[in-house]
Amino acid sequence: MNDELIKLDNVGMCFNLSSEKVDSLKEYFIKLVGGKLSYREFWALRDVSLSIKRGERLGVMGLNGAGKSTLMKVIAGVFVPTEGSVKRSGVIAPLIELGAGFDMQYTGRENVFLYGAVLGHSKKYMQARYEEIAEFADLGEFMDVPLKNYSSGMRARLGFAIAVMCEPDVLILDEVLSVGDVKFRKKSEARITEMIDKGITVIFVSHNTEQIKRLCTRAIILEKGRIVNEGSAAELAEAYAK
Amino acid sequence: MQYTNLFCELVKKGIKLKYRRSYLGVLWSLIEPLLTMIVLTLVFGTLLDHHEASFPVYILAGRLIYGFFSQATTTALKSIRANEGLIKKVYVPKLLFPMSGICFNFILFLISLPVLFAVSLVLKCYPSVRALLIVLPLLTLFLLACGVGVTLSTMGVYFRDLEYLWNIALMLIMYTSAIFYYPDRILDSNVSWLLKFNPLFCVISSARSCIFGEAFDTWEVLYPLGFAVVFLLLGTAVFKRKENEFLLHI
Repeated sequence: MNDELIKLDNVGMCFNLSSEKVDSLKEYFIKLVGGKLSYREFWALRDVSLSIKRGERLGVMGLNGAGKSTLMKVIAGVFVPTEGSVKRSGVIAPLIELGAGFDMQYTGRENVFLYGAVLGHSKKYMQARYEEIAEFADLGEFMDVPLKNYSSGMRARLGFAIAVMCEPDVLILDEVLSVGDVKFRKKSEARITEMIDKGITVIFVSHNTEQIKRLCTRAIILEKGRIVNEGSAAELAEAYAK
Repeated sequence: MQYTNLFCELVKKGIKLKYRRSYLGVLWSLIEPLLTMIVLTLVFGTLLDHHEASFPVYILAGRLIYGFFSQATTTALKSIRANEGLIKKVYVPKLLFPMSGICFNFILFLISLPVLFAVSLVLKCYPSVRALLIVLPLLTLFLLACGVGVTLSTMGVYFRDLEYLWNIALMLIMYTSAIFYYPDRILDSNVSWLLKFNPLFCVISSARSCIFGEAFDTWEVLYPLGFAVVFLLLGTAVFKRKENEFLLHI
């Protein structure tokens, strides 16, 4: 078994910030003729090297716009980095935004199977997990109601339930431990602690230094797309809080 | 394959959601073409003086095939944008989106085919064994929709105008597909050769040959097949090259 689950090598992610977004053919030709197809570069990530081993819990901190979410998307494979390379193994469950793959016209039950398929699981696997997921989400008879009639908290609960019940190898938590009511929050923290005890790898993005200290073993601080500090979670959480 | 299940789920979702909350549900796949056929027969049968007993079968075959083509390509064209929420958050092979859109439309099309058979029987235009050859034009039709659909789906990411342009193009395709007229009677021989360059016309024409027990026209079989394969190879290659950039543009 390979111990290194995720390895980023000098990753850089560049966006074209051209204020003149070309959205139509007509615009494109006008700009092409006028020589105005300008591109303004913006590096959301630069020279990021990172390796995450099985069982590690990495905390990611940084101000808004420091590149935390971009980094998560690169790790999850949503973004292909402009430069550098990413290697990953195992099932990665991204909680970048809960319930991102949900269909509003589908019922909760149908969405469980759809979302499971998005995460790459087979139908059989999902059928075996369904009861557990429904129980954890605790939505009762709402499981057979179309999602458009759910409150946002209910949607988030369902998304969270699917992601944590499918036993991924890597769990990416992007400021999501604040979903639902107090009762659900306690339950989800308990579930994550349980998963940590089983040796799951977690990448945890948060502004809450207390949570980072409690849940993580290692931490990094991002600033303007670069890793400016790296070390044990306890030390870094202290430093960041100041 | 890890994503076979997702593909099936997406196909299932397309079919399920299409008729959700309508009382007759999937029956509409049978009723809708039947009703359209009646309207078109009444209008164009009178207007163009086509009074053959088999005219409704002729129309229905054309209308079903065109209907599938237009639905499938439009779905594919919009597929990337329609699944924006997913694409921006999770990694999935993006070719699944246009392909599943085309497949679910093809399944609905296959469901509606018994209507064609039933109408032929009612109008005493009994199909011969040759009718089984219809598999060939139907396969070509599927490949054609895939080729054109995938190509459109890439272009649709970059230029939103295409959704409107494609509607116009579809209208042109419809009129040059001879759905509700006999081209040899209406069109001058100076113009009618133009239709042979519309791959959809060729598919419709060879499908009709099967139904009416006539021989295939070689051009009408090979041209759309070649057209489909070229578009499929080209379209997939471009799609694969560009798919990583998609989410920066939607």
